Amino acid sequence: MSGGTRLENANPVIFQRSGERLLTASEEDEDVHDPIDDREIFDMIRSINDPEHPLSLEELNVVEQVRVKVNDAESTVGVEFTPTIPHCSMATLIGLSIKVKLLRSLPNRFKIDVHITPGTHASEEAVNKQLADKERVAAALENSSLLEVVNQCLSRSI
Amino acid sequence: MKEALSLVQRLSAHPDSRCWFVSWNPNGTLLASCGGDKAIRIWGREGDSWICKSVLQDGHQRTVRKVAWSPCGNYLASASFDATTCIWKKKNDDFESLTVLEGHENEVKCVTWAPSGNLLATCSRDKSVWVWEVDEEDEYECVTVVNSHTQDVKHVVWHPNQELLASASYDNNICIYKEEDDDWECRATLQGHTSTVWSLCFDATGKRMASCSDDRTVKIWKEYPSESGQDLSWKCVCTLSGYHGRTVYDIDWCRLTGALVTACGDDAVRVFKEDETANPDEPVFSLAAQVTKAHNQDVNCVTWNPKEAGLLASCSDDGEIAIWRFQEED
Repeated sequence: MSGGTRLENANPVIFQRSGERLLTASEEDEDVHDPIDDREIFDMIRSINDPEHPLSLEELNVVEQVRVKVNDAESTVGVEFTPTIPHCSMATLIGLSIKVKLLRSLPNRFKIDVHITPGTHASEEAVNKQLADKERVAAALENSSLLEVVNQCLSRSI
Repeated sequence: MKEALSLVQRLSAHPDSRCWFVSWNPNGTLLASCGGDKAIRIWGREGDSWICKSVLQDGHQRTVRKVAWSPCGNYLASASFDATTCIWKKKNDDFESLTVLEGHENEVKCVTWAPSGNLLATCSRDKSVWVWEVDEEDEYECVTVVNSHTQDVKHVVWHPNQELLASASYDNNICIYKEEDDDWECRATLQGHTSTVWSLCFDATGKRMASCSDDRTVKIWKEYPSESGQDLSWKCVCTLSGYHGRTVYDIDWCRLTGALVTACGDDAVRVFKEDETANPDEPVFSLAAQVTKAHNQDVNCVTWNPKEAGLLASCSDDGEIAIWRFQEED
């Protein structure tokens, strides 16, 4: 956000980024089928920009690898994210950015569920319901100004 | 006895987009589809296959969420995220845009014609349900705006033979409206679902309704004479749970056979049949047939052909329409 706006959480705790994924021999073997794993999903979302700070969702601990659950055989992905403060007004936007990033990155067969980490936000239920409503998500993404904000979160230029 | 759903044909209806809804015309010869590509397509049968007869473009600026045929089959209404409803008139094999109904503040989620053809209902994320009157000169006038829901209204449907309207909402409730002194009023609020109610439909008699929800259940509601004689009394007489793996987006009750069909976010199409020996106050429905991978993505809509028993159409986020035949092999 620009300089004039007061930040909701002016001094967030900053966490260290995880290292690059270490490739195993079987992962480098083209003849072995690699199922999509939690780390792969985490790598897709950890560099998403926070809408308020010049930091990534990983650096703010909004996303963590332990809160990513993928089942490649059943084509399901579940992600829990933790807003930095319980009244964060950006929670829906952050959740939407995670959802859009996964929708764009994963094969269509995946069912993607994005939720707030239980007990970490005042409007947890309302935000979860909105993120799960694909009709509202579809309509939101047809709104060019909102789409622009989402795309800013997804651009890699921190 | 074994029942089965067999695929008749798959149509790439809205490629690279999502197909939100399909609707048969009253005599079952044409199928209209709409989607995220802002277009409406009309499909007709030629020989053994279904082909695209016309494409209605430029009517809407955003997603076309639903389409509905007038009871005479000469008009088509389309509801869009662009906050408008378009009325199209059939001219020979083509359609021309007749009028645009404006007034909703944001996305129009559904449009439906009353059986008389003189009334139209629309609903929107703006939480309101509008009733429109149609005269002989094809003029449309809004007669009532009802604000009975506290959230996004997802679906509206008319009773098959009475001037009674029902709506389903993101507020988890169903509302039933009746006309009172030229005004439409909510006369009953049906509570029971624990999340968004996505769709609902009446049976052939109009004495029962089936609703489907994000809570992954289907509920059957029955009308009872009310004690006061004033308000309408509807009670939930059956809940189908454990069958659907994700949100149930649509439900249709076949007016010819009484079979129920559902569209689910787990990619499946399921047909349920009623046990006719059960107590009418405690009806029993069982799964008669299902296709678990009916589509590659969420199934958004299912609808029985109004004239040919067992024929049904479904559509999906993968942009495709599938035509199925439900057969009872006994």
